[in-house]
Amino acid sequence: MEILDLGSIDRHFIRAVEEESGQDVSHCYQCGNCTAGCPLSFAYDIPVHQIMRLIQLGQKEKVLRSHAIWLCATCETCTTRCPCEVDVARVMDTLRIMARREGTVSEEGVRRFYDTFLDSVKRHGRLYEVGLLMRYNLLSGRPFADADLGPKVLGKGKLHFLPENIKGVEAIKGIFDRFAKKRGA
Amino acid sequence: MSSRKVAEALGIELVEVEDWSCCGSTPAHTVDHLLYGALAARNLAIAEKMGLATVVTPCPSCLVAFKSALEMVQDDGKRKELNELLDLPFQGEIQSKSLLQIIYEEVGVEAVAQRAKRPLEGMRLAPYYGCILTRPPKRAQFDDPENPITMDRILEALGAEVPEFPFKTECCGAAFGLPKRELVLTLSAKILEMAQEIGADALVVACPLCQQNLDLRQGQITSREGVSVDLPVLYITQLVGLALGFSPREVGLDKHAVSPNRLLKKWEEKLKE
Repeated sequence: MEILDLGSIDRHFIRAVEEESGQDVSHCYQCGNCTAGCPLSFAYDIPVHQIMRLIQLGQKEKVLRSHAIWLCATCETCTTRCPCEVDVARVMDTLRIMARREGTVSEEGVRRFYDTFLDSVKRHGRLYEVGLLMRYNLLSGRPFADADLGPKVLGKGKLHFLPENIKGVEAIKGIFDRFAKKRGA
Repeated sequence: MSSRKVAEALGIELVEVEDWSCCGSTPAHTVDHLLYGALAARNLAIAEKMGLATVVTPCPSCLVAFKSALEMVQDDGKRKELNELLDLPFQGEIQSKSLLQIIYEEVGVEAVAQRAKRPLEGMRLAPYYGCILTRPPKRAQFDDPENPITMDRILEALGAEVPEFPFKTECCGAAFGLPKRELVLTLSAKILEMAQEIGADALVVACPLCQQNLDLRQGQITSREGVSVDLPVLYITQLVGLALGFSPREVGLDKHAVSPNRLLKKWEEKLKE
């Protein structure tokens, strides 16, 4: 068991998680149903019910630096099974957003993948899969990852080799630009 | 391609949302829910302008994005924020459903079965719904969150044998395919292995990303997870299409990594009996 210094309880963090997720984290009574059903528990550094407990205890650093929040696949099992009707997946999502803001992202690869994906959408309006794969692999320093899948998809007409922009690509850029402005970036 | 063919054959009129864009999916909601909502809402706003009543999607992740945007727009403050980001006004007077839901609820199992020209006899199929099609139930408003049965019923009505499949809603991890491949292989291996264990000839899915992931990565699973998997993975409308009389090519079965030929041969032989 870990002993907690009461002074380490960040009440502002608890309130911020609750406000941004729209969930009352105090409803969690640690039954562990979320962790029991979570398909990614085996890969987590902190199981999801403990993430909930750490939020209740205002342990901002531990929570926002955890790997678990980035390994959550938003499969909604926890939310579906929570007897207290806490939308746990929404809380995990909120924690990712906060970790981005605080600069405490522990899974750089996952973040890079999400950002590269959105960048592709911003440029083309739709996802340019081949571009995403190549760009992500290059940025990650592993240019040939998944090259073994190439022969399985090539020549089947499933992937476009060149990007095709939608007509309203400016409208998509507009969404991203206005969003960035609104958030003060 | 099978979705279009099946919809047409079942009398569902599909109109492509003009100049549709990506819904943003999981990457967008890890950045900000307003951005996520706006990327999805652009498509809904265009569909509203086109006078359409429902946006139908074959993909559960798009579906969740649309439903999330439709939840947001009910709130006056969020509606205002969404519309500040959009070119077209978004009213939220439209609904979104999966193609599976439309087939099940609006066409109906019996009507589908009546149109079957080549029943799926001899096929033993494991139905895999994936994680978010029916969950969380408050948002999905469709089927059962723990034991969904809509695909089971459709496939059974078309003559297939559908055994109990315990991993119907386990996550295959597809979204992590690039950054966390080892996790995806572990999760996907469990699903494919279980389907093989119950003697299925194929896994039937309701999500294009599950389809791609579970089909494409079987070689990687076999070489790295210590289990041997070799199981065709078909999207639900591909099977409905076969039953309605379309050829395997017409429903895109030539595009799979794992060949469905063994399944098709078994089926053809049964039909000849």
